[in-house]
Amino acid sequence: MTTITRTPVLALEGISKRFGAVQALTEVDLEVHAGEVVALVGDNGAGKSTLIKVIAGVGPPDSGEIRWEGSAVTIPSPGAAQSLGIATVYQDLALCDNLDVVGNLFLGRELGHFGVLDEVAMEKRSRDLLHTLSIRIPSVRIPVASLSGGQRQTVAISRSLLGKPKIVMLDEPTAALGVEQTAQVLDLVERLRSQGLGVILISHNMVDVKAVADRVAVLRLGRNNGVFDAKRTTQEEIISAITGATDNAVSRRRARTDQPKDGADD
Amino acid sequence: MTDPTGEDPLAGPTRSGRHAKSGSFDDPVAPAGPAAQAQIDPRLLVREQGLAGYLGEFKRRMRSGELGSLPVVVGLIVIWAVFQSLNSQFLSPQNLSNLSVDIVATGLISVGIVFVLLLGEIDLSAGALSGAAAAVLAVLHVNQGWSPLAAMLAAVAVSTLLGFVHGLFFAKVGVPSFVVTLAGMLAWTGLQLWVLGPNGTVNLPYEGLVASLTSTYFNQVIAAYGLAGVAVAGFLVISLVGNARRRSAGIPTRTTGDVILRTAVLAVVAFGAAYVLNQYKGLPLALLIFLVVVVVADFVQRRTRYGRKVFAVGGNIEAARRAGISVATVRISVFMISGAMAAVGGVFAASRIASASQATGQSNVLMMAIAAAVIGGTSLFGGRGTAYSALLGMLVIQSIASGMALQGVSNSIQFMVTGAVLLAAVVIDSVSRRSQKAAGRA
Repeated sequence: MTTITRTPVLALEGISKRFGAVQALTEVDLEVHAGEVVALVGDNGAGKSTLIKVIAGVGPPDSGEIRWEGSAVTIPSPGAAQSLGIATVYQDLALCDNLDVVGNLFLGRELGHFGVLDEVAMEKRSRDLLHTLSIRIPSVRIPVASLSGGQRQTVAISRSLLGKPKIVMLDEPTAALGVEQTAQVLDLVERLRSQGLGVILISHNMVDVKAVADRVAVLRLGRNNGVFDAKRTTQEEIISAITGATDNAVSRRRARTDQPKDGADD
Repeated sequence: MTDPTGEDPLAGPTRSGRHAKSGSFDDPVAPAGPAAQAQIDPRLLVREQGLAGYLGEFKRRMRSGELGSLPVVVGLIVIWAVFQSLNSQFLSPQNLSNLSVDIVATGLISVGIVFVLLLGEIDLSAGALSGAAAAVLAVLHVNQGWSPLAAMLAAVAVSTLLGFVHGLFFAKVGVPSFVVTLAGMLAWTGLQLWVLGPNGTVNLPYEGLVASLTSTYFNQVIAAYGLAGVAVAGFLVISLVGNARRRSAGIPTRTTGDVILRTAVLAVVAFGAAYVLNQYKGLPLALLIFLVVVVVADFVQRRTRYGRKVFAVGGNIEAARRAGISVATVRISVFMISGAMAAVGGVFAASRIASASQATGQSNVLMMAIAAAVIGGTSLFGGRGTAYSALLGMLVIQSIASGMALQGVSNSIQFMVTGAVLLAAVVIDSVSRRSQKAAGRA
């Protein structure tokens, strides 16, 4: 299922990042291949956001190597990430409520001549794109304010695809969505994979992760804490890797009272 | 009325550019029910065809607070009816013709204000800038002997530069626009007094380019009708060409009935106005310039990359920034536009009274310009509005002023009534915004 033999599209090796007194990331590795969904999970403060920012070019690492299709690269800015082919969909969507779906999809890269918009071409491409992804939007000409949360999320994700990326990074795409809407987004993630894109899925929801991910990379306290095959690992195993707990909360409390220095780590 | 595409009888047409207020749904979609029309999600609102469709759509929009220009059009009709009943001179060709010239100066300032409001910001310096620009024009032209055209260009250039300064402090330093332009209002009023010198008033020649801006009328009957004809034909051709392009691209078009209805409404208004203007002195040059400016501004806002950026920044700054839009550049440029339009308005104000004085652009000019934009339907909260609100809003304000002047009502009452109308407009804006939120549309 996962294509370990091929060169990964994106490979991070030994990434470290420090904020003042906090070592946010220590020697973190991550590989993403074409056509696979890698879930990036971890508890709050595990370093997920920092790692996303490293990949998205928002916060370059202090040390470590990033390789894109086998060759070493640096990602100093969001623009550099985009031109490499890394698209990031942030948790807070970043859509303009007052613009319609077409306007949002093409925001910042409108089609046209001499500064005049070509609405017909944009609408056609929007419809084609949404159709390819089997996205159900009532109309591409209504303001996104009137769409449901799930629809807005799918618009945000499909917008990232207009730049023809090879890696799509989704930050908590199903947070705050209902059941049906979450299903829509997960369907979309699977379609991205089937189109040969590498997907990095950041999520707190183990059910979602198990449902669509091929591999699950766990971060704990800024370090790798194992990469699991999603299909052959139980939810409990992943959760214990995330929390560092060997069994359950009760034993963790006991461990803490017995050993104040927290022996449960790693 | 049938869908000319014929591809999906249940999906209504989209409006091509109209800022997507159409409630029709063009994408055959959805999980739908077990019904025969499995392609359509039963929850979706589909506009019916024909007149009933328009009516239903209209009702739905009213309920969800998408009022658009409706309140201002209704308001204008009411105002005209009331004043006409009080004084039969109100709707006389002479009064309407004068009205159409009186709206120009402040209306031009208001066009610039619309751009600023679209960002969700405010420009309090526009009145002072128009006064300063008028002063620069008058002093350069009359005292320094510059040619009128050079003096006008210099006045606009100075004001644009001052707008740039506002934008710089706002976008780069981060001072709230309210404070920057408040400081600007004081400073540029001072500049205006300083440029005018001790006399305080510079008279402009009654003949010549500057005065002719507001005193020229194209009195040939063909001029006004010709303009109306060009406007209607242009609208029709653009609509049909747009429809043809959409059809060939395989995306939904407006129905023919829709196009005909819009063209007909435009034709009635345009030829009606032309008829009235021809009863007096003909088509005023100032009105022609104002209309051209409004149409161009509307085109820039809705149809260009730049306009899209303005709307995006007004809608969600963070989204605009992440989409690669330079927020600072957009902000600075908008304040430059506002400065430039304030200067053009100032030139017309000076032209109208053939002098630039300490009073030019002072008093309530700024408030009128902002009120016009808001009354016309441009939101104070950013991201919603159109250049046409400057025209419609000015018509409302000037109609009130003109009607009260005919009745001999004092200034004090005029101010109070105009204030009440402004408040009503903002209340409508706020309430419609709230019900749009409730209907999930804001």
